[in-house]
Amino acid sequence: MYIVTVGGGKVGYYLARSLIEEGHEVLIVERDAAKCARLRDELGVDVLEGDGCEATTLAEAGAARANAVIAVTGDDEDNLVVCQVAKHKFNVARTIARINNPKNQRIFHTLGIDVAVSSTELILSHIKQLLPAQSLLHLLTLHNVGVSFVELELPPNSPAIGRPLRELGIPDDCILPLVVRGGAQAIIPNGNTTLQAGDQVIAVSAEASDDTLRRILCG
Amino acid sequence: MRIVIMGCGRTGAYLAKTLAGEGHQVTVIDRTSAAFKRLGDDFTGELVMGTGIDEDVLHRAGIEHADVFVAVTDGDNTNVMAAQVARQIFGVRRVICRVYDPLREEIYRNLGLETICPTLLGASRIQEILSQ
Repeated sequence: MYIVTVGGGKVGYYLARSLIEEGHEVLIVERDAAKCARLRDELGVDVLEGDGCEATTLAEAGAARANAVIAVTGDDEDNLVVCQVAKHKFNVARTIARINNPKNQRIFHTLGIDVAVSSTELILSHIKQLLPAQSLLHLLTLHNVGVSFVELELPPNSPAIGRPLRELGIPDDCILPLVVRGGAQAIIPNGNTTLQAGDQVIAVSAEASDDTLRRILCG
Repeated sequence: MRIVIMGCGRTGAYLAKTLAGEGHQVTVIDRTSAAFKRLGDDFTGELVMGTGIDEDVLHRAGIEHADVFVAVTDGDNTNVMAAQVARQIFGVRRVICRVYDPLREEIYRNLGLETICPTLLGASRIQEILSQ
């Protein structure tokens, strides 16, 4: 794929390196001349010095033939404009923006950006994964359809232990596709399956039913 | 009318003072408190410190009840982002946004924003004077 990335800071540097290693054709757009020189020297990558928010720069970068444009500067407003110009002026199929303020995720989605990645939110979710107190972990949330993939571990006092799943009153907009027992055994559950303490349950759930599901399985 | 103005530079401050003088309820947003000095001591409107691309800051400025939102910071991208948030997230009916870069202005005008490009206005006025 031909990928144009805008922003040659740390995120831009490592992103370009990974994309090149995966065999993609990459061009980095960066405003700062010194950063451009460093990227050229260290990565041997194509670098265009300029402002990626400007249509003329994106035209020069060949945005019209790019499969994806990825904006990873440190400013959310700049990343938004890069993606919107790429999409509306050059019809780029896939626009991806880094966001710094996690609250902007919803805004970016509403404003037509295909994917918004929040490093803050990613770090937060990793930290939550490490905290035992957090009983329900969001693995993936598809905001556009209001569905989450969640993982939870059944505590010893769970009201769900020892009863078949069909008796638990799980909401219609939740399904449990997988239970991992003892960290090793994968169980594809059905209505007759009974859960045990320590079971890791993967659920697909409408966001609105997260809390109900948590109550049923974790108490 | 309830008017929220983002950016208290020369344009924002002048506009805020004029509109407040006409009896409108004006709130001004800026990142620095020093900018508010431009409004003078007799300014009757409200002041909110913060960046207008932050939902919480717009909320503090009472964006939900605003009839008009004007984005006139010195950053084109900040202006177009805040303008879109005001219009599409908060449903403000009248949103006016300054964009210096003519190419970017054209893109956002086509996307339905009410934009003003001082670069083009200035250049065409000079042309006009020269042709007289």
